[in-house]
Amino acid sequence: MTSILTSMFKNLPSTSKWALRFSLRPLSCSSQLRAAPAVQTKSKKTLAKPNIRNIVVVDGVRIPFLQSGTSGLLHRTSVPKDVVDYIIFGTVIQEVKTSNVAREAALGAGFSDKTPAHTVTMACISANQAMTTGVGLIASGQCDVVVAGGVELMSDVPIRHSRKMRKMMLDLNKAKTLGQRLSLLSKFRLNFLSPELPAVAEFSTSETMGHSADRLAAAFAVSRLDQDEYALRSHSLAKKAQDEGLLSDVVPFKVPGKDTVTKDNGIRPSSLEQMAKLKPAFIKPYGTVTAANSSFLTDGASAMLIMAEEKALAMGYKPKAYLRDFVYVSQDPKDQLLLGPTYATPKVLEKAGLTMTDIDAFEFHEAFSGQILANFKAMDSDWFAQNYMGRKTKVGAPPLEKFNNWGGSLSLGHPFGATGCRLVMAAANRLRKEGGQYGLVAACAAGGQGHAMIVEVYPK
Amino acid sequence: MVASRAIGSLSRFTASRTLRCPGYISRNFSGSSALLTRTHINYGVKGDVAVVRINSPNSKVNTLNRELQSEFMEVMNEIWASDQVRSAVLISAKPGCFIAGADINMLASCKSVEEVTRISQEGQRMFEKLEKSTKPIVAAISGSCLGGGLELAISCQYRIATKDKKTVLGAPEVLLGILPGAGGTQRLPKMVGVPAAFDMMLTGRNIRADRAKKMGLVDQLVEPLGPGLKPSEERTIEYLEEVAVTFAKELSDKKLSPKRDKGLVEKLMSYAMSIPFVRQQIYKKVEEKVRKQTKGLYPAPLKIIDVVKTGIEQGNDAGYLSESQKFGELAMSKESKALIGLYHGQVLCKKNKFGAPQKDVKHLAILGAGLMGAGIAQVSVDKGLKTILKDATLAGLGRGQQQVFKGLNDKVKKKALTSFERDSIFSNLTGQLDYQGFEKADMVIEAVFEDLNLKHRVLKEVEAVIPDHCIFASNTSALPINQIAAVSKRPEKVIGMHYFSPVDKMQLLEIITTEKTSKDTTASAVAVGLKQGKVIIVVKDGPGFYTTRCLAPMMSEVLRILQEGVDPKKLDSLTTSFGFPVGAATLVDEVGVDVAKHVAEDLGKAFGERFEGGSLELLKQMVSRGFLGRKSGKGFYVYQEGVKNKSLNSDMDGILASLKVPPKSDVCSDEDIQYRLVTRFVNEAVMCLQEGILATPAEGDIGAVFGLGFPPCLGGPFRYVDLYGAQKILDRLRRYEAAYGKQFTPCQLLTDHANSPSKKFYQ
Repeated sequence: MTSILTSMFKNLPSTSKWALRFSLRPLSCSSQLRAAPAVQTKSKKTLAKPNIRNIVVVDGVRIPFLQSGTSGLLHRTSVPKDVVDYIIFGTVIQEVKTSNVAREAALGAGFSDKTPAHTVTMACISANQAMTTGVGLIASGQCDVVVAGGVELMSDVPIRHSRKMRKMMLDLNKAKTLGQRLSLLSKFRLNFLSPELPAVAEFSTSETMGHSADRLAAAFAVSRLDQDEYALRSHSLAKKAQDEGLLSDVVPFKVPGKDTVTKDNGIRPSSLEQMAKLKPAFIKPYGTVTAANSSFLTDGASAMLIMAEEKALAMGYKPKAYLRDFVYVSQDPKDQLLLGPTYATPKVLEKAGLTMTDIDAFEFHEAFSGQILANFKAMDSDWFAQNYMGRKTKVGAPPLEKFNNWGGSLSLGHPFGATGCRLVMAAANRLRKEGGQYGLVAACAAGGQGHAMIVEVYPK
Repeated sequence: MVASRAIGSLSRFTASRTLRCPGYISRNFSGSSALLTRTHINYGVKGDVAVVRINSPNSKVNTLNRELQSEFMEVMNEIWASDQVRSAVLISAKPGCFIAGADINMLASCKSVEEVTRISQEGQRMFEKLEKSTKPIVAAISGSCLGGGLELAISCQYRIATKDKKTVLGAPEVLLGILPGAGGTQRLPKMVGVPAAFDMMLTGRNIRADRAKKMGLVDQLVEPLGPGLKPSEERTIEYLEEVAVTFAKELSDKKLSPKRDKGLVEKLMSYAMSIPFVRQQIYKKVEEKVRKQTKGLYPAPLKIIDVVKTGIEQGNDAGYLSESQKFGELAMSKESKALIGLYHGQVLCKKNKFGAPQKDVKHLAILGAGLMGAGIAQVSVDKGLKTILKDATLAGLGRGQQQVFKGLNDKVKKKALTSFERDSIFSNLTGQLDYQGFEKADMVIEAVFEDLNLKHRVLKEVEAVIPDHCIFASNTSALPINQIAAVSKRPEKVIGMHYFSPVDKMQLLEIITTEKTSKDTTASAVAVGLKQGKVIIVVKDGPGFYTTRCLAPMMSEVLRILQEGVDPKKLDSLTTSFGFPVGAATLVDEVGVDVAKHVAEDLGKAFGERFEGGSLELLKQMVSRGFLGRKSGKGFYVYQEGVKNKSLNSDMDGILASLKVPPKSDVCSDEDIQYRLVTRFVNEAVMCLQEGILATPAEGDIGAVFGLGFPPCLGGPFRYVDLYGAQKILDRLRRYEAAYGKQFTPCQLLTDHANSPSKKFYQ
């Protein structure tokens, strides 16, 4: 896991070469696209607040999200060492040997050993938590430059011995005589060997997320066809974005013994007929969530360089976006496990003083097609808003033409800990490419939690 | 006290009655106008699937009564005749209830065995038609599916159930002293195997959906849904219907076979059951067990075995015939009438006749973390009440908290709770040694030691810290509430709540009101009790209230009988064979000899010669020797950890010998001994009604059966008088009065009933 991370750090902008590369990009934008949002009048010119530091994303990168099983080593580039004040990384399934994976990776990547690092975890929104922790450190004036990101290594999750086996092994260590050891060993049973996998199920409800997603889709009466269609959209858009070279946050990654991976390998636009053939993956035999309309778990890592605006400018960087208001929400982990975006969206908009129409780019984490569509229905329901969210009216569903236009977790993959940074970078890059000022990032996470953040494009 | 556990399962019946079933509005249908004329059933067609919705008007539950049955057959005949329809789905429009069973009143109105037999045969014919239907019928089950509801479901070709706690399947007829009379005894063994079918029909236990799936009782489960664009209950039942419709289609298209794949164990089992010798052994084993448990006092279980046996050994026709005849016989039996009476009483005692209290109790505080205090805490946190448990010492508090945790953890072991739910429930409990937080309490229940001075002290302490609206309830088994309330600044807020030990197992709660207790206070106490899952009787204040007062004269007679030289083991077997779940001597040990002595002294002073009989000296000597019963390891018996068969305490021989009195030869037969105990009990119960301690005979019966273990097959003291005749009981009392004196003098009300045979406690 460390190795992947290390490679991430090394790809963060170290020289003005990066700035140059990015500063070129706006030129390629078509004037049409830029003109479009100009018609709208935003309810606010900017979200800058008096007496609070502006915080900017200088840049963000990620290695291609690979289908689990093709993980590998890193390739090296030079990296700035002493400008970084602090490093924060999100991860979900922790390796026993690298429980503070952020520190190990930072050291391995050649960051100054004087730069402290810590690891955060908040399920699927761990990277978001890393970013917002960084935002907090900068806003409160504790730091100027923070590297935040996330990493997940699904192809090598730690698998534990069963509790009985662990107990026996520990007891064996303590046993002094041969007799004691033998008597302990005589208690050995074959089932001691059955391993314990890290839980994918909710601790509080013992329900897997896919199962919950299927129930959620049924609760909102989202059909199988709708789900498949949405998944197809995600794959098609991702493919198009990839072909057009829009996924610029991806940096190549050399897998030892294999070719260098330069792009996400999970993007597979299929046909509705083929998708319809798949059997339900969780609620059998009549459920609606299948492998094709769920996000897939991958290895992956992402990282972002976050700075105070004045610091970035002083260092000659051209920032990409401001990180503005954000919220975390939580709700019933059983029946509303994946409704985080529904709860978070109106809250963050209210906080920023914006409305849905102010948002030019929506980037939501697509855990499942059914989850996205259920969230749309919930956001568009006055009844739900009144009975469950304590609001007078609905916030409204995001317009599809502004929603996850470059693909999402369904097509790009979902490395638990790393998705958050991808969402923010996608929003920032889309705003820069397609025009527009505000982006809204939202995600749901295990435990019935959710997150949303407003991203404001950095004026050119 | 352990007593009423035996029929504890009765309570499960009523569960469905207390469920809230908001009426669910049926959606638009292509349905015909005929739909409007029916009151219990509406039906529509989705594609080629008929969806039949059961929804009895003005009721929280669906019951199979005559009207519903005839409408149902009408609808089914239409479906069978229609070319458009190829399959059907049966579903209830009430989210908490599929069909809760047959209408009991339909049986009660019958006058003869033949009449009931005919009802059974009609049901059998109806369900046979369903079973033989060429158009597959899918039962979509959400909520309780009991008795006749289960028999209906197992006649269908396929069953789908929602996997939630409210969805339970069961054949509880045996608890009402009858048997499944609409083909259930014949179909169930074929469906789940003979042993499992016996288990269901003989215990009447409720089976949850996931277990039912494993047993083969249902074919498919549907997960309950959370809220979507509608409330979750409503959407879940819609979803159940959608899923059932797709399965019905697949069945009619022959894409799916209604035959279930049997596992290896099941195959082996059914092979074993094909050997006559094995079958005979099973019948024998089950019969032996039933005889041992029922002591021949309950005819229903034996008849169930007989009917199942007839069906398997002699074929369907003989089985159905036997089922309907035995059903008729059982429905007319005294035992069944007694049990059905208890069922009605229980339904009554699960309602709050004092109306909704002005303020809901949300914060509860309990004083004293002993056995009772901790028990009350457990049943409270369980239902989401924020509860403070206060004790005077850290050790006492720790023990109490551990008791609550253990109680919850036992449920985890039985898989009734997850460990997460346990922790979350346990977090409702706050253990403390001071009065912090009492300013927020809506009710305080004290369960401190039974000592009036102590109770006075805590009452004063508590009243200094609680808010004005807070109720002070005293958990005492004998101290008069008005004496406790005497030191209160606001006696209208003081009430008695007498719980029975162990609190989490015993269903009864006796609420005691004084002259000054306000109606709202009573309403509030009843509401809390109902929330705790209790069956509640509300009685007037007086020495021993109702339950303790009925038990005391019987206990006095127990002492007398022991003094007359009957050994405790013999006495136990005489009482249990009469139908008491626990023997009389064992009961004294369980209650605690010191407690019994305390109560006997108090009530003896209050009631004088009515409570005479045995010598108090016996209890006094036992207490002085430290024989306090189970809690001290010795009483009439010796109790050892891990030893199941308890032996007599030989040290008692000396005490008993020194207090020996000669038996009176004409009233000391085994039967006389039994009746001396029971008639004193009954006489005192009737006296309580006469004096107005009891408001209704129904409460008297429920209190006696659920709190004291009065034989359920007799239905409680009042039902017993009604069914067996007041005159007979009066005659016995007179005989014993002649031999022993005034403690047997029948009360006026009982005499009145004997004098005019038309007078009944239950009209």
